[in-house]
Amino acid sequence: MRKTTNQKAWWLVVPVLLLVAFNAFIPLMTVVNYSLQETFGNNVFFWEGVTWFEKVLHSDRFHASLLRQLLFTGMILAIEIPLGIAVALSMPRKGPWVSVCLVLMALPLLIPWNVVGAMWNIFALPDIGLLGYSLNSMGFDYNFTQQPVSAWMTTVLMDVWHWTSLVVLLCYAGVCSIPDAYYQAARIDGASGWAVFRYIQLPKMKRVLTIAILLRFMDSFMIYTEPFVLTGGGPGNTTTFLSIDLVKIALGQFDLGPAAAMSLIYFLVVLLICWLFYTVMMRNEEQ
Amino acid sequence: MSRIEFKNVRHAYPPAKGQELVYALKEVSQVWEDGGAYALLGPSGCGKTTLLNIISGLLTPSEGSILFDDQDVTQLPTADRHIAQVFQFPVVYDTMTVFDNLAFPLRNRGIAEARVAERVTEIAEMLDLSDRLMQRASGLTSDGKQKISLGRGLVREDVNAILFDEPLTVIDPHLKWQLRSKLKQLHRQIGVTMIYVTHDQVEALTFADKVVVMHDGGVVQVGSPVDLFNKPKHTFVGYFIGSPGMNVLPCKLDKGQPVFANNLLSSGYPADTDLSGKLEIGIRPEFVRFAEDGIPVEIEKVEDLGRYQVVTVKHEAALIKMVVSEDQVIPSESPQIQFDPDNLRIYRDDWAVEANDA
Repeated sequence: MRKTTNQKAWWLVVPVLLLVAFNAFIPLMTVVNYSLQETFGNNVFFWEGVTWFEKVLHSDRFHASLLRQLLFTGMILAIEIPLGIAVALSMPRKGPWVSVCLVLMALPLLIPWNVVGAMWNIFALPDIGLLGYSLNSMGFDYNFTQQPVSAWMTTVLMDVWHWTSLVVLLCYAGVCSIPDAYYQAARIDGASGWAVFRYIQLPKMKRVLTIAILLRFMDSFMIYTEPFVLTGGGPGNTTTFLSIDLVKIALGQFDLGPAAAMSLIYFLVVLLICWLFYTVMMRNEEQ
Repeated sequence: MSRIEFKNVRHAYPPAKGQELVYALKEVSQVWEDGGAYALLGPSGCGKTTLLNIISGLLTPSEGSILFDDQDVTQLPTADRHIAQVFQFPVVYDTMTVFDNLAFPLRNRGIAEARVAERVTEIAEMLDLSDRLMQRASGLTSDGKQKISLGRGLVREDVNAILFDEPLTVIDPHLKWQLRSKLKQLHRQIGVTMIYVTHDQVEALTFADKVVVMHDGGVVQVGSPVDLFNKPKHTFVGYFIGSPGMNVLPCKLDKGQPVFANNLLSSGYPADTDLSGKLEIGIRPEFVRFAEDGIPVEIEKVEDLGRYQVVTVKHEAALIKMVVSEDQVIPSESPQIQFDPDNLRIYRDDWAVEANDA
């Protein structure tokens, strides 16, 4: 039989190509376009090469934002992951309380970002907010609008409140998938509670935990709305994370070139860290 | 090692809302002699696993007590009972190597590392796992994993009994046979009590010296495979063991003696034998044959199984299965059958009437 070639089938790929082009490739390329040129408006562009990239990479302001960002992400991961695992393990696995717990856990996840920011802003106000007022009347000097430490504490606390549930739900799913026989075998083998966690629960949670860490890393690394509503990046620049800084440069100062270069560097940093983390986790799996 | 005794053990799981309490295990009194190879045989849901979990202490029975060598262990936690258990689905600690898996129960009990290594090497040798000791346990096939589960039980020197809960369910058929003979061999080698739960009669009969047949939450018969085949004490045993199972046919009383299709079946019953209640006869298909002057039947179906034929015949409403040799010619005109009187048993309310045994 002769093999017939029919190139018309390529047309079937066109819808997908168009979709990807319009929602990813073209926007990304506009950013690339801006990052290599200088514009003064009126669609007049001057070629700049990699000047903006050099400038951003050498700028103290970018370094400071990146450092703040890394610190913030590191802090919330260090709190949310262990806390999420602990909560997931202490949740009931059967009975009427399961649904109650699940709904309670899901609630914070359903609240829009800017509402969370506004909520915590009011909650933490030192003169009228429940948290701020209580802390001050207990003798703590707390004012997140003026003290960097208070601002950081509030921002971190807000993120923990908003997103620990996600880690809990993912880990809970992992824990629930462990068959009873594992726990029974552990009892027969005389395993301690810690050994059950270390050798049964943690390994079985590994995959969902990898996803949880990745999601929380990406989300927190790109956080914008909540701290913007809560502190507006202040006091001073102390809670100006990468995306807040980016918006300031792009829309506040209208420096499109440096902002575009920064966006690309930002994107590559996220991509690189995710890739590294995932590769390391999966390599362990194979061994 | 010790002798395990059940005294009037009953167990019920907490009922779901609005449902009555149902006993998964209804009053079991049973002795497991030290060093025996037992099989617990019964259909799904008859309480086998419940019984096993009560021995290992994973469950505390609602009523009754368990004794190990006359010492009451009913309230003793699992870890202190020195029981090993192998589950239906292989349980291995994925992140550990085969060696660490085998060493796990010993390390948990604080045994010196030198002794651990010695024991693990010894057990790995027995189970043919020596060349895979340093591999990750998660990479093994299911029969390898099941060997590890078994090994974790064997490695402890103080085990009173090893319990198997349908351990070969997920094993490939050609490996099942191998693992079963391995178990048999290990039993001879170390002489520890083994209790093997299964719903597969072939597994039970080949593994065990003593088979405990369970039905509907109770033990119906304990005996050697031969006993179970020749002298089933309960119609369920007759039906469950043997392939095809025993024919159980309704019978009538005539002058105090059981009669089926106007044939006097046995006159061996003393006049004072209580034969009231539901009366049935049980006859294995192997002991039914075609004859000149017997019970008239119609042929329903003939199945040729290669080495023998299974013939289903019908007398009035009763269907009777018979096993006949391959070269037996099936009579085509007015066939008649006869039961071998020596292998015919009478059942009153499902329990064998023992009168003619004596």
